[in-house]
Amino acid sequence: MAERKKPKLAVWKFASCDGCQLSLLDCEDELLAISEQVEIAYFLEASRATVKGPYDISLVEGSITTPHDAERIHQVRRASRVLITIGACATAGGIQALRNFQDVREFTSLVYASPQYIETLKKSTPIDEHVYVDFELRGCPINKYQLLEVLNAFLNGRKPNIPNYSVCVECKRRGNVCVMVAHGTPCLGPVTQAGCDALCPSYHRGCFGCYGPKENPNPPALSERFTAMGWSDQEIVRAFRNFNAYAEPFRKESEAHEAKS
Amino acid sequence: MVIIEPQGLSALFDALKQKGYQLIGPRVVDQAIIYDEIGSPEDLPVGWTDEQDAGVYRLRKREDARYFGYVVGPQSWKKFLHLPILKLWEAQRDGPSFEIIPNDEPVPKMAFIGVRSCELQAIAIQDRIFLQGDFVDPHYRSRRENIFIVAVNCTEPGGTCFCASMDTGPRAQSGYDLAITELYDAERHVFLVEAGSPAGETLLEQLPHRPATEADIQQAHQLLEQAGKKMGRQLETEGLKDLLYDNLEHPHWQKIAERCLSCANCTMVCPTCFCTTVEDVTDLTGETAMRIRKWDSCFTSDFSYIHGGSIRASTYSRYRQWMTHKLASWHDQFGTSGCVGCGRCITWCPVGIDITEEARFIRENPVT
Repeated sequence: MAERKKPKLAVWKFASCDGCQLSLLDCEDELLAISEQVEIAYFLEASRATVKGPYDISLVEGSITTPHDAERIHQVRRASRVLITIGACATAGGIQALRNFQDVREFTSLVYASPQYIETLKKSTPIDEHVYVDFELRGCPINKYQLLEVLNAFLNGRKPNIPNYSVCVECKRRGNVCVMVAHGTPCLGPVTQAGCDALCPSYHRGCFGCYGPKENPNPPALSERFTAMGWSDQEIVRAFRNFNAYAEPFRKESEAHEAKS
Repeated sequence: MVIIEPQGLSALFDALKQKGYQLIGPRVVDQAIIYDEIGSPEDLPVGWTDEQDAGVYRLRKREDARYFGYVVGPQSWKKFLHLPILKLWEAQRDGPSFEIIPNDEPVPKMAFIGVRSCELQAIAIQDRIFLQGDFVDPHYRSRRENIFIVAVNCTEPGGTCFCASMDTGPRAQSGYDLAITELYDAERHVFLVEAGSPAGETLLEQLPHRPATEADIQQAHQLLEQAGKKMGRQLETEGLKDLLYDNLEHPHWQKIAERCLSCANCTMVCPTCFCTTVEDVTDLTGETAMRIRKWDSCFTSDFSYIHGGSIRASTYSRYRQWMTHKLASWHDQFGTSGCVGCGRCITWCPVGIDITEEARFIRENPVT
């Protein structure tokens, strides 16, 4: 292959736990291959040495929760040819979006001795509410193989194989016994996007919905079944109010059951 | 037809192993009866049964020690013949060109133990799809060629079974090497065995057996006769194809869509559903590429994606596509129904949508 200039990769952090960035460092066996294919130009979690933009690919982790970050994301967008959001915070607002259902000022006054110094937005919002996003990679945290697949696809100029169907498809391909039908365990798999290879159901747990709503989801029908299985509205609220609480189909479902409970 | 004692099963298993077969059969895993590699008759779900209803499956202890006192579980034999994930080939860059490396992983010789009549019919349907016509699937063929089938006649249908309606059971009609009917009562516990192929006959001769009496055959006949009348579900098939074609705009499809999760479970568990998607993957350097085939489903959006978008964006259109294909257009395409009445789509639907109920509703409330 003809020698080509290595694309410049940047990794940005907003409000998040760093777990998704860590997935990149977790690519131990593949990390060398990645660094051979791209110039890791800006990745503070890995190195203080940074290279100036613009960047060919930006991976953005975290949600927007402060006025400062709401500005900064525009700078990141301006400096990036391709912007890919990674993880539930960046794609749906994350667990910190639980504040969106409450009054954040009440929280700050309870938590901080001097809440007047806290400058925070009322809501934690996903990146695509602020700037154009080229691709969203779901998960809490993201799956490292999916991250590699996305990087790989962008480097090779092809479509990433990141399906938007349900967790059930992966679960059945693995040959798992359905925890909902055979064990009576409520499971968010039928409304959640695949990507984790049905991790929790493979260990006899119901899906927690880490990858957010699948394409064309039907949470009300699933909730109806949860109710028939003995779950209260409160329990249904808690199930949908998780890492992807602010993703619209999950948000609407939890709000509907909150209103009833 | 001959009678073998329960110990005869061990002889059968040993004989198959000696012929180089890997034994695949039912066993209890994760509170269900699944199909997996087995070693001896002790691995079979002796004394277990399953209770099934729409969206519900529960494993229960039986009062007796039957080997085959359950019906079909979440998995079907297609997972061994039509693999859920299959690497079709790999390509390696070679200067300006590339070299194709075919997937020539060795295919095991497998003996399927405990195949039910509906499942034999499902295998026959997939044979028609993959082995007949202009395009034979070499991967399916290489696995299918080496299968030895030990069928089991169903004497106790399950809660979501309707093979009697589909004329696919409960007695195994064809497509097996050996067929077993388990005869169990206060006096005895034996198997009535019938060979369905020369290979089956040869094997049967090697097993300790005695000839079946008229009474043995009569008992099996009666059990199967009764089983046909005890189906948990029923589907009226008379004129079903035209009924569905005439009701493509029935408001009931929308009602089903309100309950349907479009999660694809029904298609994954269906023993005849055969659709796949193909993914091309590359490594980071672009030196190696792979083409991988995976089970897909008409309930996903990408399934009907053509340039510009998905032609079946709504759940309404996806469910209708699936059900009318199974029960109507399958006849036009392959000459039979695509449904064998195994009931898996009913049991394993997380919200318990019942294909027999939906068909009945449309029959009783046609809009035409």
